[in-house]
Amino acid sequence: MSAPHLLVHDRGDNVGVVVVEGLTAGTDMLCVVTADNSDFRLSVRQDVPIGHKVALRNLKPGDAVIKYGQDIGKVVADIATGEHVHVHNLKTKRW
Amino acid sequence: MNVDSKQASAEPSAAQRKIWAWRRENGRVGVRNHVAILPVDDISNAACESVAANIQGTLALPHAYGRLQFGEDLELHFRTMIGTGSNPNVAACIVIGIEPGWTQRIVEGIARTGKPVAGFWIEGNGDIATIAAASRKAKEFVHLTSGLLRTECDLTELWVAAKCGESDTTTGLASCPTVGNMYDKLVPHGLYGCFGETSELTGAEHLAAARAASPAVRDKFMKTWQAYQSDVIEAHKTSDLSESQPTKGNIAGGLTTIEEKALGNLEKIGKQISFIDVLEPAESPAQGPGLYFMDTSSAAAECCTLQAAAGYVVHIFPTGQGNVIGNPIMPVIKVTGNPRTVRLMSEHVDVDVSGVVRREITIDQAGESLIDAIVATANGRLTAAEALGHREFVMTKLYRSA
Repeated sequence: MSAPHLLVHDRGDNVGVVVVEGLTAGTDMLCVVTADNSDFRLSVRQDVPIGHKVALRNLKPGDAVIKYGQDIGKVVADIATGEHVHVHNLKTKRW
Repeated sequence: MNVDSKQASAEPSAAQRKIWAWRRENGRVGVRNHVAILPVDDISNAACESVAANIQGTLALPHAYGRLQFGEDLELHFRTMIGTGSNPNVAACIVIGIEPGWTQRIVEGIARTGKPVAGFWIEGNGDIATIAAASRKAKEFVHLTSGLLRTECDLTELWVAAKCGESDTTTGLASCPTVGNMYDKLVPHGLYGCFGETSELTGAEHLAAARAASPAVRDKFMKTWQAYQSDVIEAHKTSDLSESQPTKGNIAGGLTTIEEKALGNLEKIGKQISFIDVLEPAESPAQGPGLYFMDTSSAAAECCTLQAAAGYVVHIFPTGQGNVIGNPIMPVIKVTGNPRTVRLMSEHVDVDVSGVVRREITIDQAGESLIDAIVATANGRLTAAEALGHREFVMTKLYRSA
């Protein structure tokens, strides 16, 4: 398998992590789910830095972002599939 | 390719590996052979540093505290001082304090290990006479210990602690699961493990609690975690902790929330083992071989200092963005799975597991390379942090002094 652009921990996750440097908008990403090594493709809509997250589906305010199969916080702005997910549209539910 | 950690248990050889190390008077195994010059208090740092400058082969451990502390905070101070001097990586220890009372208390605590230890105090003597007397004794200790030969020991006799720092999303994908794989392979065969970072399990505390070995240990864990939430975080926070937890570095690396950070953090404890007790900061494990949780801050130097004081002799530090932490007495092995960090900061990386995110190596293979690094470090190979001179020794203080 060639090196993936995006890794997803769990089948049920709605975000994945960019694992290459210099990823540019429009790239047709090879995405791999680490839990079962399955893969799929997704077009990224923005330049996203290595380590940052990309939405795997459309998300709206109030939705839970799921990673590792777990709730990692709440969506606070509309996010389209393929868009960057970070502090501008995702907030903690703790403290 | 299969990264399922169940593959790990099919590999029997790791736990049977041998290392060359020092077996101390109390039977514990150390991988370094320091003569430590330990100040009881901040005002004895200068004398300790003078002794270390006079006598080659000694190591001063200056720190900021030790005066007018009281209650639980004072107990933690003594536990950290005695534990540091008692660590098997310390062959012999000189203790210098401003006065004899607390100095002797620390000397007596370290003496219980059977190792050579001597105390000196400054009041009534002055720095110069104290430095002269302590230097003479330190030289004697250097001659006594520097010729000690390493002996063959089992790898699983080691006490190996872990803590991650400047984490990013690659720590949860690669470097922390690598540590977990190592623990899955070695802890069932006798290794002592340790994880901490109480605040940084927030969002994954339910998963951590589920890994307790018994309901009593689970209750102790949840009580400890809840106390940190109410007594430390909620009592002192002035904001939602953005930029503190996660840190600015975490956020730059792509981590957005404490929940996300905690889930990655917890990957360090593997998939197959449970933790058998909850330790106070710097408390030595007393329930036999196994994985322990210690109540610590998530700041790297504080956590490492407490784990070393509990008796851990090797530290595994997964990092994403490139935390450069070291410890004066306990070698810290850096593991990263971030290809950018490998590219930009290679001098800090002991174990490069960036192949995991490129799907070139499995977690099982990454775990093997970490075990190779532990064996090499135990045998005497200096870690990146040691070669670069990182000696962060930071005491945990619970509240203001009297």
